[in-house]
Amino acid sequence: MVDIPESLLRRSAEAKAKALGVPVEQVLAEMKGEGPPVEVSRAEPVAEEPAEEVASVEEPVSVEEETSVDQPDEAVEEAPSSTDEETSSSAAAEVEGRAAVAVEDKPEAAPPVEGNGSGDGQVAALVTPRPSVPPTGLPEGVRTQRLLTVVKARAIQSVKAEPQDKVNTWPHLMLIEFGALLAITALLVIMAVVIHSPLLDPANFNATPNPSKAPWYFLGLQELLSYFDPQIAGVTVPTIVGLIGFMMVPFVDRNPSTRPSDRKFAILLYSIFIAGSATLTIIGVLFRGRGFNFSYPWKDGIFFDDLKDWVDFE
Amino acid sequence: MANGNGKTGLKDRIKETNDKLWNSQVVGAILRPGSPFKQGYSDSPRNRSYVVMNNVLYHLHPVKVKRHAVKLSYTLCLGGLSFFLFIHLTITGIFLMFYYTPTAELAYVDIQALSTDIAFGSLVRNMHRWGAHLMVLSVFLHMSRVFYHGAYKPPREFNWVIGVILLLLTLLLSFSGYLLPWDQLALWAVTVGTNMAGFVPVVGEQVKFALLAGVEVSAATLLRFYVLHVLAFPFIIVIFMAVHFWRVRKDGGISGPL
Repeated sequence: MVDIPESLLRRSAEAKAKALGVPVEQVLAEMKGEGPPVEVSRAEPVAEEPAEEVASVEEPVSVEEETSVDQPDEAVEEAPSSTDEETSSSAAAEVEGRAAVAVEDKPEAAPPVEGNGSGDGQVAALVTPRPSVPPTGLPEGVRTQRLLTVVKARAIQSVKAEPQDKVNTWPHLMLIEFGALLAITALLVIMAVVIHSPLLDPANFNATPNPSKAPWYFLGLQELLSYFDPQIAGVTVPTIVGLIGFMMVPFVDRNPSTRPSDRKFAILLYSIFIAGSATLTIIGVLFRGRGFNFSYPWKDGIFFDDLKDWVDFE
Repeated sequence: MANGNGKTGLKDRIKETNDKLWNSQVVGAILRPGSPFKQGYSDSPRNRSYVVMNNVLYHLHPVKVKRHAVKLSYTLCLGGLSFFLFIHLTITGIFLMFYYTPTAELAYVDIQALSTDIAFGSLVRNMHRWGAHLMVLSVFLHMSRVFYHGAYKPPREFNWVIGVILLLLTLLLSFSGYLLPWDQLALWAVTVGTNMAGFVPVVGEQVKFALLAGVEVSAATLLRFYVLHVLAFPFIIVIFMAVHFWRVRKDGGISGPL
């Protein structure tokens, strides 16, 4: 149930009052008196109506099975002509056909019917959504409206998208990307010319080099392995923290803000992670010598074969 | 048309052929209607849209992006660089595949030949190797950039998860390629690396066995790593990349708040 704004209610009441020829205040009072006290407002007219009209109508069944308060009016309109079962059922069918439209109605719109016997036919006509059926008792030129539903204004009015500050992908974005592509290609070619890939002696299962180092991106892990139990460093850190932990980040960090000042803790954590892994990797690359023991690169040399071409200037 | 002696000049004939070619049904079928390749490009908002719209690029970028999104200082193009490096690695990798045999007898010899005998072999091999290292780096930096901007927040959570998988796949690609030269560096780095995988509690030994095709690095491992490196991992990573790029577009564009 939508709360109908006072102004709309009033406009509706005015239209109805004009149509019925009764004072606006009376209609409005009826509408309001209907609304607030009883939430199940549709029950009331159903209960009241048979009490008043029972003598002429004799249609308790159709009244009881109504889902909308408009339908009793229809039944009332049809019933006096014949009390036949068939007619009333066909009337009910017709009513049902209209109910699809009428179901949108606010229950508050219906009550004026009660206690206004002569108005029955008019209101029933009002209920019908087809404008081709002219209301019988209405003065010439009077058009009536009724409130079907209240929608938010934006939903039907704001058709155009809000203007955004946008630029064409071509050339603005694609030129940057093309520049990046050129830059990375140039960097790669220069690196490939300047630094040669290492190629040591052929693989020999019987000659373990000293030290044996993992690729640099695993050297931080290897470094951890030299401090901690393998189960912790080799398992908990990389798989739990590294993989599961990182995947869980958006679901753990529920803070909706993206401003750095609002997420100091997250930034701190990540910075610790970066600093830690960088430190471990650098130690692993530069400060680990024979037997994976600590060594100083300026004293004992660098044991990092990935950059052998740079490290051994021969 | 006629140039005085009643014959058609060469220039005119070239022009005629050219027009015929570009108006032919074949070219018309290849290029989308309105493609700048077909009708020529002059700078106009409409043509700017056509460049993207009538192109496979439309799968990657919308016609317009937020002005904020194209600021290089914001994204540093790190995601794009990772993608470019992947393309570089694919191209150089295909080149290397022509000269490489994944057997214990030939692998080392082939790499030696690449470094000395084959034209551009050394250059391409170096590019492939440094490109791989750079890609690990750029993917990691891309992730860090995304984290510091909080760009993984709704609605981009799922794309972050995809991104972590892509980082893992990048590491696996790099690591599986590490063994292929079949020298001492490759052999023992992979031995150390796979030993670490063996420490995973429940499935560790199984994972290690599956990776190595045995209990330790052997000739069978070489073939396994080769197939993983040139076929399996690239296949998987391309699928995840496709999802990643698609979600980038669907979740509100390459960067910036929603």
